[in-house]
Amino acid sequence: MIYLELFWEFFKTGLFSVGGGLATIPFLYDIGRRYDWLDTSIIPDMIAISESTPGPIGINMATYTGYTAAGILGALIASIGVILPSVIIVLLISRFLVSFSQDKRVLNTMYGLRPASLGLISAAAFTLLNVSVITYDAFVESGNILDIINIKALVLFVCLLVIRLFFRKIHPILFIVFAGVIGVIFKF
Amino acid sequence: MKILLELYWVFFKVGMFAFGGGYTMLPLLQKEIVEKKKWLTSEEIIDYYTLSQCSPGIIAVNVSTYIGFKKKRYLGGIVSALGVATPSIIIITVIAAVITNFLHIKEVSYAFAGIRVAVAALVIVTIVDMYKKSVVDWLCIILYITSFLLSVLTSISPVFIVLGAGITGLVLGTRMRERKGDKNDIS
Repeated sequence: MIYLELFWEFFKTGLFSVGGGLATIPFLYDIGRRYDWLDTSIIPDMIAISESTPGPIGINMATYTGYTAAGILGALIASIGVILPSVIIVLLISRFLVSFSQDKRVLNTMYGLRPASLGLISAAAFTLLNVSVITYDAFVESGNILDIINIKALVLFVCLLVIRLFFRKIHPILFIVFAGVIGVIFKF
Repeated sequence: MKILLELYWVFFKVGMFAFGGGYTMLPLLQKEIVEKKKWLTSEEIIDYYTLSQCSPGIIAVNVSTYIGFKKKRYLGGIVSALGVATPSIIIITVIAAVITNFLHIKEVSYAFAGIRVAVAALVIVTIVDMYKKSVVDWLCIILYITSFLLSVLTSISPVFIVLGAGITGLVLGTRMRERKGDKNDIS
């Protein structure tokens, strides 16, 4: 039952992703490994679309996955699944609000969660590099060592990275549009 | 009833204009809830925002639910969460419906190949920023590397990695954080 699977998987994603929208990416790859209704090769495109459209990235990803997996109803169910843990937990916390953010146990748990969540996001970034700049599969196929890195992509990657590091105020959409145009011009 | 509609509409607007999610919505909340509606003070918004980052789940939904609860208890929380999520659901469904018809065009696939490179660069810069804030001592470095390696090399569900790290923090956090506090006091 795909609707139940969508709901349950995104409920877990909402419950365990700590530290903002990007934290949902490792969960998406995990879902893609286990179900055939999520093709992991579309995840980078989904991130691009989520970053260039309004709204929380986590919800955007859930809606997109739900739609590609099971149409409009799938989009709705996945989105509700991903926001429900937030709503339940926050309503529970709100009742005992006073002490929550100063509670030592909460602070300690968050102290451990943050680096681990970041480790998961980094692993997802590694996968992203693996489908864009590093072309390991092409290397395996041809046996030619030069095929392991997509030179055009590497040049673009380094340029974007440097620009992003030094000009923080440029909006991510501009990077995405620029890279898209470069992709078309140089036939990536 | 009127206040519920107002909550829904305010958070609908916030969801509509918050590009990139959680971190970009703070200025929007300030404008709508502090300046226009005068429901909360600027300090209260910051508190709720901090609290939301410490709660599991999607930061934007967390903030909205906190503020909605404060204004109109449980119903307020639920209505606000739905409000902030609605624009995403509508916009992304439309885009997903349209884009699948275009992906097989050659130019579109070239564009997305370029875009994937940009996404990798954007994500990596965000990681660098987050690293400075969340990896503060050697135990954090160990947790960071362990979860990275587990995720790359094995197919363990991220759920267990997150749970393991949470428990580690719960058990060892006090000792680590106090030691760090001491160091800071001396320096």
